[in-house]
Amino acid sequence: MFDFLDSGQYDLLGAFWVTAQLALYSAIGSLVWGTVLTAMRVSPVPLMRGFGTAYVNVVRNTPLTVVIVACSFVLDQTLAITLGGEDFKETGFRLAVLGLTAYTGTFVCEALRSGINTVPAGQAEAARALGMSFTQVLTAIVLPQAFRAAVTPLANVIIALTKNTTVAAAIGAAEAALLMREMIENEAQALFTVFALFAFGFIVLTLPTGLILGWAAKRLAVKR
Amino acid sequence: MKLRNASAAAAAAVVLALTATACGTGTDSGSNGDKITIGIKFDQPGLGLKTPDGAYTGFDVDVAKYVAKELGFSEDKINWKQAPSAERENLIKNGDVKFVVASYSINEKRLKEVDFAGPYFLTHQDLLVRADDATITKVEDLNSKKLCSVTGSTSAQNVKDKLAPKADLQQLGGYSECLTGLENKRVDALTTDASILAGYASQKEHQGKFKLAGLSMSDENYGIGIKKGDSELKGKINKALEKMVSDGTWDKLVQQNFGPSGYKNEPAPKIAN
Repeated sequence: MFDFLDSGQYDLLGAFWVTAQLALYSAIGSLVWGTVLTAMRVSPVPLMRGFGTAYVNVVRNTPLTVVIVACSFVLDQTLAITLGGEDFKETGFRLAVLGLTAYTGTFVCEALRSGINTVPAGQAEAARALGMSFTQVLTAIVLPQAFRAAVTPLANVIIALTKNTTVAAAIGAAEAALLMREMIENEAQALFTVFALFAFGFIVLTLPTGLILGWAAKRLAVKR
Repeated sequence: MKLRNASAAAAAAVVLALTATACGTGTDSGSNGDKITIGIKFDQPGLGLKTPDGAYTGFDVDVAKYVAKELGFSEDKINWKQAPSAERENLIKNGDVKFVVASYSINEKRLKEVDFAGPYFLTHQDLLVRADDATITKVEDLNSKKLCSVTGSTSAQNVKDKLAPKADLQQLGGYSECLTGLENKRVDALTTDASILAGYASQKEHQGKFKLAGLSMSDENYGIGIKKGDSELKGKINKALEKMVSDGTWDKLVQQNFGPSGYKNEPAPKIAN
């Protein structure tokens, strides 16, 4: 049943390693970008609030395939911006990280905003009464508690991100979904086996993520 | 109480939908009564293309029509079904289609799963380059070039593994996406079967912009896929194909579908038994 794997033609682990890297880099990027977006959305400057709201609502509601393919078409093929990638494989990977970060950042932003809502308003008011600036209130009082409350929704976002990396095959990042297409092309007789194999691979990636972050959510939650 | 009624109605709707779809797939077998179901590509200009107004055009479609006519099914008795590359074997094995005419290259792996009538067309893996580009004359030239092909396709794997491992290969979702890069000089060539490339080059919006490089990098014999062991159907289709070549229809159809690109087709292949 799995004999087509013995040919040594397919680097299954290598492909899933690229998927894991894609997910990791995009997760880091979107956590940073999502935090910046959250800061904008709660900031006292109307222009930043407006930008944050508009960005989140536009990008969140755009299909991911469109975001990723647009990265390739607009940045790479039309403007020749390769983000320092030497060949198409590297460029595809970097553009995919960019697209996934831009997209997932919006969901991180909304998860964090829900976390901010768990912090009683009195705390921010008290901090302001002590003379702290907006940045100080946000970084020292509100965000640390918001992150602790938002671990569970953030785990959701990261699991969704891991599965969303498959879209990167559309612009040639050499990850699991691209290898799956090669296998389906060559081994059409084992269509369902190939599907099951890749589904299992993704469960192996996402299930531990969910378990670890679920455990962390319990440990880190602010008891009120 | 109201809510419960609503959910019961929703559940009933779901069950109905499920049984309805089950029925739908159950009755749909290759040829039932006076209709015949044929698998083709819907997205390959020149071979099998569904146009926005719902008509089907291309060489594969014309061949399928001719064969169906010889089998006793006129054009309005044909059900067209989309047969994407990955699903062709399953469509044939499950009896969803009577036969498949979808740029279906005959190879050993596929012969284990299905039988082929024909071949009805011989083509090669080739390159599509910009009309003013004369820098690619042989396969070795590719190692310093930027190529584009469809993610996971046989042509892409050929380039990566055999033809030009050092070439910078971009893999995108479809051939039309590669054409954007080719036009903007982001890539130097688009590679796949010459027949498919000729189909793109013959499209009205692309005429005169691109040309085929004329390299023969592989042999692709297109056959008509049928259920394994159905030698009666195979014989009938082969006879129809022979007649199509001998009465000149084959030449006419090739000219009609690939002519505008300047594609030099191989003569009609000899039908194997």
